[in-house]
Amino acid sequence: MTEPAVQISALEVSRGSKAVIDRLDLRLEPGSVTGLLGPSGCGKTTLIRAIAGVQKIAGGSVTVLGSPAGSPQNRHRVAYVTQASSVYPDLTVTQNLEYFASLYRRDSTAVNEALETVDLHDDGHQLTGSLSGGQRARVSLAAALLAKPALYLLDEPTVGLDPVLRRDLWALFGRLAASGAALLISSHVMDEADRCDRVLLMRAGQLIADASPAGLREQTHTDTIEQAFLALAEQETR
Amino acid sequence: MTATFSTAKRVLQQLLHDRRSLAMALFLPSVLLALFGYVFHAQPEVFSRIGPQMLGLFPFILMFLLTSVTMVRERISGTLERLLTTPLRRGELIGGYALAFGILAIGQSLISTAVATWGFDLGIDRPGEALVFALLGSVVGTSLGLLASAFSETEFQSAQFMPLVIIPQILVCGLLVPVDQMPEPLQWLAVAMPLTYSTEAFSSLAAGEPASERVGELLVLIGFAIGSVALAAMTLRRRTS
Repeated sequence: MTEPAVQISALEVSRGSKAVIDRLDLRLEPGSVTGLLGPSGCGKTTLIRAIAGVQKIAGGSVTVLGSPAGSPQNRHRVAYVTQASSVYPDLTVTQNLEYFASLYRRDSTAVNEALETVDLHDDGHQLTGSLSGGQRARVSLAAALLAKPALYLLDEPTVGLDPVLRRDLWALFGRLAASGAALLISSHVMDEADRCDRVLLMRAGQLIADASPAGLREQTHTDTIEQAFLALAEQETR
Repeated sequence: MTATFSTAKRVLQQLLHDRRSLAMALFLPSVLLALFGYVFHAQPEVFSRIGPQMLGLFPFILMFLLTSVTMVRERISGTLERLLTTPLRRGELIGGYALAFGILAIGQSLISTAVATWGFDLGIDRPGEALVFALLGSVVGTSLGLLASAFSETEFQSAQFMPLVIIPQILVCGLLVPVDQMPEPLQWLAVAMPLTYSTEAFSSLAAGEPASERVGELLVLIGFAIGSVALAAMTLRRRTS
């Protein structure tokens, strides 16, 4: 059996006296795309931050690629793309990527490849702040691609993108998984779940479902992931 | 080490895209110095007593502000959180910032020392030494700014650190009243504040004392710069709630 990309047991995160994540267990395998879906405020970002190693946790353990989350060796192998496009608006696209490349010890070939992949090769000299929100999100994604990590943590990477680009990016995520990487992708758009190998539905700090998209629909006797979510949420409150 | 240099390069590239801030950082101390000299036009003896110290004070204030705001902006925009998940070490990040702003400080100090030496008769006959202390003023300002940014979550808070950190130093550094004529508690306070040493060094320079009189101030200021950069790196938390 291969080593899991992520192994979480009994994770607890609290803010004040309120539990944001309540005894959560999760295992992610390499070579797969996992969608993390749920309404905003359900704890998706907190869970991703815990795996990235930048979240204070109250209990439990998070092991990433065999080492504790956030350990120095993992910072070469894990790329985290935050929800807000975390690149420098006052640098050009290429300057941004060159900076991140230097941190991951990658050369300019990696920069060009990443620009090519997110379809920004003609915009390298543009000031990042002058780009549209969708373009900035792609610069932010490119900064993760050039690291060539074993685990991608992508927080709402497709928000505000046009349908063509969204389709292309999901195709890219599939290729990255095929090459052996693990991807955890959060979204609050339920129909994006169909593009994942596995779907996690999250609600109020807990995972309420964990299955393939088809399995989830079957399990809840529904036609769409959105309906499945509603069915599960109603079961919970009942 | 490479990451320190590439961080410094990145910070300088950002500044180059912001020409207005760059121009202000380079020329503002000189402009303020000129204004200060003009205010005391009719009282040259006052200007010669408290003018030279401005060469250390103005860059100290400006670099403090510039650094703390830049660093807090990095925190708010989410880039800091991202950087902390990359192989970049915290010391390398802070070191990169200190290096970039140190280079800016050299430019700033060269200009203001030149203006002070050839523009006004500040009574400084050792411009080389004045340059060293002007540079130390901005470097200590930079490192204290980095430190203050560790305690501010918003730009609003970091702007308020300016009066908190700077104004008390201006009041007790010996510029208004000589340190030994202040109440004892204030004298202790003065000992703990870097601006006191900068002020003393410039007073001694203007009085034409030999360089050996200023070695103590030089070492203390270097100590403040290194100490606050190290503290800033240590107080930068990787995990937040």
